[in-house]
Amino acid sequence: MARTREPFFWTLFSAGGMLAALLLPALAFVLWVGGPLGWVERPGAAALVALLASPWARLALFAAVSLALFHWAHRFRYTLYDGLQLHHLYGLVAVVCYGGATALTVAAALLLIRLG
Amino acid sequence: MSGEAVERARWYRRRMPIFWWLGKRSYVGFIARELTSLAVAYATVLVLVEVALLDRGAEAHRRFVALLGRPPVVAWHALLLAVLLFHTLTWLNLAPKAMVVRLGARRVPNGAILAAHYLGWIAASALVLGLLARS
Repeated sequence: MARTREPFFWTLFSAGGMLAALLLPALAFVLWVGGPLGWVERPGAAALVALLASPWARLALFAAVSLALFHWAHRFRYTLYDGLQLHHLYGLVAVVCYGGATALTVAAALLLIRLG
Repeated sequence: MSGEAVERARWYRRRMPIFWWLGKRSYVGFIARELTSLAVAYATVLVLVEVALLDRGAEAHRRFVALLGRPPVVAWHALLLAVLLFHTLTWLNLAPKAMVVRLGARRVPNGAILAAHYLGWIAASALVLGLLARS
């Protein structure tokens, strides 16, 4: 089965990388830089709760969060192999990266279901 | 053989020092590009933390927003924004190399693929600003 897994994770990496590239700079600007500095008005708790009231919005957020996490997992895994020369820890690195992304994806699902 | 099977095989591998990539500018650029995944993960977790605090109530959320407004935190997140922009630019600039689009017999030129991706970025950013930022 090993030969079929790599394209699967690569697809998640690629989709997550594209979503992160398109969405995260604007998101980071509003929520964490421009908002706190007063350049734009940051949405308050009530506005955010209203935004997440729609199940479609929560589903979209879940998909984006999960893909972005698997983007990290796949890319960081190869950063550790190639950058830090951790080839001898092949299995452990893969388990930590994909396992971490999976755990956070489950946490995000539970959180977004609770919010509904 | 898949990449995984190749990795598992115990073939000869020349020993490389951990900081092999410090020697050349293009190598440092490569590692910097690869490390943007940490910024993506951090930003994703920060979004989840905010959603979790929304669940806890308005007071918990208000305290989180106050923490986000502290100068060292804003400076840290300005650095985060710069790294996220670096991810976006390197990612979109690779698009023409990653995809070959054909219309009929003709190959869509790289410039057009690049322009389409940048237009997509502008549209997506406008969507995010429209959803989140209130004027």
